[in-house]
Amino acid sequence: MSRLLTRLLGRLPIGWLQLVHQRGRFAAALSGVAFANVLVFVQLGLMSSMGVSTLRPYEFFQGDILISAADANTLVDGGNVARQWMLQALADPDVLDGMGLFVAMVPWDRGETDISLTTFGIDPFRADFIAPEIAANIDVLQVQDAAMLDRLARGLTREEAAAIRLQTPLAFETQGRTLTAYDTFAGGGGFGGDGYLLVSDQTFLSLFPSRSSGAPDHILLRLRAGAQPDAVADRLKGLIADPTLRIRSYSDAMAEELRFQQTQRPTGVIFGFGVLIGVLVGIVIVFQVLSADVADHLREYATFKAMGYGQGFFLGVVVEEAVILGVLGFIPGVAVGWAVLTLMAAVTTLPLFISFGMAVTVFLGTVFFSAVSGMIATRRLAAADPAALF
Amino acid sequence: MTHEDVSIQARALNHWFGTGEARKQALFDIDLRIARGSFIVMVGPSGSGKTTLLTLLGCLREIEDGSVTLLGQELRHATTTQNVRLRRRLGFIFQAHNLHESLTARQNVLMGLQVKGHLDQAASDKAAIHVLTLLGLSDRLDYLPANLSGGQKQRVAVGRALVGNPDVVLADEPTAALDWETAAKVVDLLKQLGQARGTTTLMVTHDNRILDRADRILTLEDGRLVKDEDRRA
Repeated sequence: MSRLLTRLLGRLPIGWLQLVHQRGRFAAALSGVAFANVLVFVQLGLMSSMGVSTLRPYEFFQGDILISAADANTLVDGGNVARQWMLQALADPDVLDGMGLFVAMVPWDRGETDISLTTFGIDPFRADFIAPEIAANIDVLQVQDAAMLDRLARGLTREEAAAIRLQTPLAFETQGRTLTAYDTFAGGGGFGGDGYLLVSDQTFLSLFPSRSSGAPDHILLRLRAGAQPDAVADRLKGLIADPTLRIRSYSDAMAEELRFQQTQRPTGVIFGFGVLIGVLVGIVIVFQVLSADVADHLREYATFKAMGYGQGFFLGVVVEEAVILGVLGFIPGVAVGWAVLTLMAAVTTLPLFISFGMAVTVFLGTVFFSAVSGMIATRRLAAADPAALF
Repeated sequence: MTHEDVSIQARALNHWFGTGEARKQALFDIDLRIARGSFIVMVGPSGSGKTTLLTLLGCLREIEDGSVTLLGQELRHATTTQNVRLRRRLGFIFQAHNLHESLTARQNVLMGLQVKGHLDQAASDKAAIHVLTLLGLSDRLDYLPANLSGGQKQRVAVGRALVGNPDVVLADEPTAALDWETAAKVVDLLKQLGQARGTTTLMVTHDNRILDRADRILTLEDGRLVKDEDRRA
């Protein structure tokens, strides 16, 4: 390692030699950096998981424009939308088709645990609005009280889910009715629910008698090939001109909900602060270690000053130490972070993982903030007075 | 003595420590010319200003009053960058060895070369080993300071100061931790450098045995240069 660093730096790797000279302190410093990395990875994993789980239900459907109530910040909240606006929207030459989308939560008593499923009511004859992997078996929903169940839902064992077929359906009670799941699809638990359920709009209305077929939660529109969703959305805003509605392209709706979840919802804000705290903990740890190291070597640094070494050299040594701590602390940090997230994913069924981009970002951030800490720590070098050596 | 023959020149040099009523004058009107290649010993009781003069001549302190010319450069009002560059042409030997605890003897000596921009690893290593061998440490090259005796550490510090072939060596009691045989070897090495390369040595010492080898002896008392004895005559 010394030889490699000597070649890289073009000088003796003083920083490295100082670090390995005090192995106990070095190990403690690496543990500190690794700990900060784990904190950041866990928080980033949770944030990322929130993003993935937020966008997951959008992936069940295919559409170009989403019409929602003005107060609908997410797919599952907000008021209803009058179906008449769908008919109005169809007057636009670029609007090909429309479908009402009903959404509500249904409880499912699983004995020891009660789970809550986000339930979408859709028109089972409009497979073109449904993602291909689900649309293939959407016909089963044409039967009253039939359902497609999220095989990744919390509380449902993988064996139970795998056994659900047309010939061996799973019946369960909810909202005072018996639903029968004939097929499954891949959803997954999120922060707002334990999984998903797809039923026909008619079954949905049976589950929720107070809801009206003329007032779905959202209206999904498909456009002719080549039409620009943003341009059509702008035209529809002029055509419909109802301030109680939000008319957005489907991709804008996804982006807006993601932004809302990450910046407006307490969970998103908490995760964001968690990342910040992890970064601060890392900065403080590296600063403390380097600051103590500089203080311990003031006499040697003063000697180097007397010999003619300039400020750039000292900055280089301390930054060298910081970068080494950042790089070597990252390795156990990413390993433990991965292990923690894997364990959490198994317990919560949330999509928790360390993506390559996340790992690269955290690595670069660790090295950058370690270097910043090192630069701050060099302020103590001003106390190294070579005249005091004599 | 021509201009080129002078390594160090001080004119009307005064220095004070402290401020206000606590301000105390440490040096008074020091006038001094030191020829290139000479071996000068500075003596005097403790607190006479020897070390203060050494640090001023070695551009480790700011010149407050008077003038110091070191290797042709005026130190008064010199910038930090100028001082740093000039220090690279000097070799400091401190009373305490001040070796870097994390570096081996060889690496500590290499630091004296690296500051001059010597990047050729093989040549630098060879030079460091050569100087340590001259100082009788060929079997301690890769020892950390913690594993060396006091005298061995001091010899490494001497090696660090000399490896870069400095123009001026400023030494404060460099032989205090050495037995006489080793101390004599160090003094002879410094004198040889003076004869071979024109290296000037200004050494503070209390060791009377070294006085016999000095070209010139400066005596300071109470901040004043009270005696300047040329021994070459």
